[in-house]
Amino acid sequence: MSAHAHDLAVDHHDDHGHHHKETFITKYIFSQDHKMISKQYLITGLFMGIIGIAMSLLFRMQLAWPDKEFTIYEVLLGKWGEGGVMDPSVYLALVTIHGTIMVFFVLTAGLSGTFSNLLIPLQIGARDMASGFLNMISYWLFFLSSVIMVISLFVEAGPASAGWTIYPPLSALPQAIPGSGAGMTLWLVSMAIFIASSLLGSLNYIVTVLNLRTKGMSMTRLPLTIWAFFITAIIGVVSFPVLLSAALLLIMDRSFGTSFFLSDIYIAGEVLHNQGGSPVLFEHLFWFLGHPEVYIVLLPALGITSEIIATNSRKPIFGYRAMVASILAIAFLSTIVWGHHMFISGMNPFLGSVFTFTTLLIAIPSAVKAFNYITTLWKGNLQMNPAMLFSIGLVSTFITGGLTGILLGDSALDINVHDTYFVVAHFHLVMGISALYGLFAGVYHWFPKMFEGRMMNKNLGYIHFWITAIGAYGVFFPMHFIGMAGLPRRYYTNTEFPYFDDLTDVNVVITIFAFVAAAAQVIFLYNFISSMFFGKKGPKNPWNSNTLEWTAEVKHIHGNWDGPIPHVYRWAYDYSKLNKDETDYVIPGQDFAPQTEPLQDGEEEMNH
Amino acid sequence: MTAFLVVLVIILFGVAVWQMGKIFQLSKGQQKDDSEVANDKDNNVNGWLMLGFVIFIYVLSIVCFWKWGDVMLPEASSEHGVDIDQLWLISMILIFVVGIVTQWLLHYFAFKYRGRKGQRAVFFADNDKLEFIWTIIPVIVLAGLIIYGLFTWTEIMDINEDDDPLVVELYAYQFDWRARYAGKDNTLGEANVRLIEGANQLGVDISDPNSPDDIIVNELHLPVGRKVLFKMRSQDVLHSAYMPHFRAQMNCVPGMITQFAFTPTKTTVEMRESDEIIQKVAHINEIRKENSIALLAKGEEALEPYTFDYMLLCNKICGNTHYNMQMKIIVESEEEYEAWIAEQATLAETLKQ
Repeated sequence: MSAHAHDLAVDHHDDHGHHHKETFITKYIFSQDHKMISKQYLITGLFMGIIGIAMSLLFRMQLAWPDKEFTIYEVLLGKWGEGGVMDPSVYLALVTIHGTIMVFFVLTAGLSGTFSNLLIPLQIGARDMASGFLNMISYWLFFLSSVIMVISLFVEAGPASAGWTIYPPLSALPQAIPGSGAGMTLWLVSMAIFIASSLLGSLNYIVTVLNLRTKGMSMTRLPLTIWAFFITAIIGVVSFPVLLSAALLLIMDRSFGTSFFLSDIYIAGEVLHNQGGSPVLFEHLFWFLGHPEVYIVLLPALGITSEIIATNSRKPIFGYRAMVASILAIAFLSTIVWGHHMFISGMNPFLGSVFTFTTLLIAIPSAVKAFNYITTLWKGNLQMNPAMLFSIGLVSTFITGGLTGILLGDSALDINVHDTYFVVAHFHLVMGISALYGLFAGVYHWFPKMFEGRMMNKNLGYIHFWITAIGAYGVFFPMHFIGMAGLPRRYYTNTEFPYFDDLTDVNVVITIFAFVAAAAQVIFLYNFISSMFFGKKGPKNPWNSNTLEWTAEVKHIHGNWDGPIPHVYRWAYDYSKLNKDETDYVIPGQDFAPQTEPLQDGEEEMNH
Repeated sequence: MTAFLVVLVIILFGVAVWQMGKIFQLSKGQQKDDSEVANDKDNNVNGWLMLGFVIFIYVLSIVCFWKWGDVMLPEASSEHGVDIDQLWLISMILIFVVGIVTQWLLHYFAFKYRGRKGQRAVFFADNDKLEFIWTIIPVIVLAGLIIYGLFTWTEIMDINEDDDPLVVELYAYQFDWRARYAGKDNTLGEANVRLIEGANQLGVDISDPNSPDDIIVNELHLPVGRKVLFKMRSQDVLHSAYMPHFRAQMNCVPGMITQFAFTPTKTTVEMRESDEIIQKVAHINEIRKENSIALLAKGEEALEPYTFDYMLLCNKICGNTHYNMQMKIIVESEEEYEAWIAEQATLAETLKQ
C-alpha cells in the first residue's frame, strides 16, 4: 500500500512545480495547506482557551469569596454582576460554557486538530492531507461553531447553563432555567457544526494515515504520535455521530414537541404533554460520546508525550508494541465504559456491575503506558527542554488523576462521591491538565516546525512550566478534600449550609493557586506571540529527532519537501543505538539515526 | 467617532512599528543558533527542580491531610456505609502507595538521568518479562478490587421488601423536597404529576386505596435500625437525592421511579455527641463567630451557632437555586419516630381541609 501511496505522492510532486500564485486569502485564510490549517486550529483553540480559563477564574472567585463584591463581575458580566454580586444563573452559565469550551474547543480541536494536521502529513512523509479541501472546510466549520458559541454568550436570557452535559429536561425547558432558551439553541447548533467539523477532520486523518505513507513507512514504523492521532480519529468517527443524534433529538424535543427525553413533567404551574421519553436515554447517548471524548482528548496528548519523551531522553520509547497495543485497548474499552457516569442515574444496577468491570479494565493499559514512560526515562540522557518538562508533568498528573479513577470507577464507591468535587478534581487532573500539558509540550516542541524555524524562549518556557505545575497540583489536590467532605459540584455557593463552613479556606487556597497558574499562562501567551515574530531561528532539527518532519523544508512550501519525498528505512526510535561492536553509535558521533537513514552495514533492524 | 479614529490611529501605528521591526529583522540576516535548546546547565537546574517537585507533591499531600483531614465526612451512619468506607479505605491506601512510588520513580529518574554532555543513554527498547510483570500485577490487584467492589455494590443495590422496610417516597421539585410516608399499610398510593391539583401537590392518585393514609412532610424522620426503602420521583427536571452521611445517593428522574435502601445506624443525638462531630461543630462555630464579627460591624445580624443535623442535598444541577435545595433528616429512636408520625396529618386529612 505504501508503494502505491508513493506513486500518488510523486504525481503530486510533478504538478507542484507550476502552482498558482498564492494570494493573502488563499495563503492565510482559505488555505488548504495542512501547516497553515494547523496554525489556524491552534490560534483559534488558544483564543477559546483564554475565554474558558477566564471564566473559571470568575467562578473560582465566587466560590472563594461568596460574600464579597467584585466590580469585575459588573464589568465582565453586565446585568448578571450588578453591584459586584454574581447572579446564580450566570454562575451556572460560566461553569457550563467553561466545560464546553475546554473539552471541545480547546482540547479536542485545539489539541488534536492542531497536531493531527501538522504532524500526520509531515511524519508519514506525505505532501499534504488526503483532501486539502475537506481539511479547509473542517477548520472553517470549527471556526463557525466557535463564533456561534461565543455569540451565545450575549443572548439576552443568558447562555446555556444546564452544565456541559446538558441533561434534559433542564436543557430542554426554558421554564426550568433561563439559559435553556435561545442560549441552549445556539449551543446545540454550535455543537452540531462542531461535530461535522470533527468528523470531516477525522475521516481525513484516517484516510491520510492509511493511504499516504511514504515508501518504507509501514504501520509498525509509525511514530506513536501518528498512532495516537489515527486511533483518536477512529474513536471520533465512532462516537461523535451519537452525540449528533442526541443533539438532534434534543432539538426536536425543544422545538417540535417530541418526547424522546421528556415524560411526566409539571413545571411552572402546568403539566407538559410529553410522555414516554426518558432522560436516562439522553444520558446514555451523551456518554456514549462523552466517555470516548475523554480519550479523544487524552490520546493525542499521550502520543505527543511519547514522541517528546523518547526524543529528549535520547532513548527509544520503551515497549513500542505495548504502547500501540495500549492505545488500541484504551480505544476499544473507551467505547464500552460510558455507564460509569451513570451508576446512580436509575439504570439497572446490573449494568452498573458490568460498567465497573470494563472501567477498571481500562486501568490496565493505562498503567502499562505509565510504567513504559517511566522506564523510558530510566538510564536516559534527559534533555530538559520545556516540551520534555511538560511531558513529564503529563505523566505525573495522568498517574495522580488516573489513580483516583480507580475509586470513581467502582460503582459502590461512586455512590457517595458522584457529582461531588472529588469527581471535578479527578477529571481535571487526568484529562484537563494532562491534555493541556500535552498541548503545551506539542507547542514548545513543534513551534519551529510551525513558524519556519523560530523557537520559543526556553527560559520563559521553564517559568511557565514550573508555575503551572505547582498551580495545577495546588488547585486540584485540595479539591479532592472538598469532595470527600461531601460538597456537591455546581453549587453557586455553599454558605447556605453551615455544615460546609469549614471548607471556605480550602476554597480560598484553590482560587489563589488558580490565579497563580493562570498568570503563568500569560507568560506563555507572551512567549508564543513574541516568538512567532522575533523567536531565534534554530537549527533545522533542533531536538536531534528521528522523525520525518525535521527533514522537511524549514520554510513552508506547498508539498513540504522541495525534492522527492523521503523514504523510510527504520522505525522512529533509534536513539543512542550502538553499532555492532558497541564502540560508537550506529552513525558515528551522532546519538540518533533518523528514519531516512538506511541501515548500516551489519546493523540489525529493531524487531520491536 | 473621535474615539474610533484615535483607536484606528493607534492600531495603524502599531502595525507600522511591527512592520518596521520585521524589516529590520530581515535586513539583519538570519542567524541560526541553538541557544533555545536545553544545555547542561538547564538540564541540571531542571533535574534538581524535578526532585524538588516530587517533594512538593508529598508535602502538599501531608499539609492537606494535616490541615483539612477534619473536613471529611464522619464515619458512615448506615449499615452499608460501613462497607463502603472499608472499601474506600483499602482502595485509598492502595492508590496512595502506588502514587507515592510511581511519582517518586518518575521524578527521581528525571533528576538522576538529567542530561550531561558525553553521557550515553542506554538503548533499551523492550523487555517482555518486565512488561508482562507490570501488566499482570495491575490485573491481579484490579481483579481483587473489582470482585470486592461488585459484591459490595450488589449487596447495596439488592433492593427487596422481604425484611419489611419502611417505605418513603422522596419527591423532588425545583427547588425543594417532600417526603411521602406510606402510612399504616406501608404501601404508597399511585401518583403522577398529571394529577397535581390544589392541595394535592404531589399528584397522588386519591382513588387508589393505598393513598389516603399516606403522609406528606417536609422533614425526613427515620427510625434508627430499621431499613428504609426510598422511592424517588421528580416533578420537573433531574435531581439527585444525596445523603452523604449515609453514603446514599440516587437520581430523581421525571417519568420514572428510582429507588435506594439503607438502614440508619446512628441517631441524630448520638451523632451530635460523637467526638468527631463535636470537634467539627466547634470548629465551624469558631468560623461562624469570626464571620459574625464582620457582619455585626456592617450592621447586619450575627450568624446563628450551628448544631449538627443530617441532610439531604440535591446533587444534580437542576436550576438557579440548585445550591440551596435541601431537607433536614432526623434519625431517632423507634418510639420517637412513632410519636412524630402519629402527629402528622394523613393525605386524606390534608385534602379534607
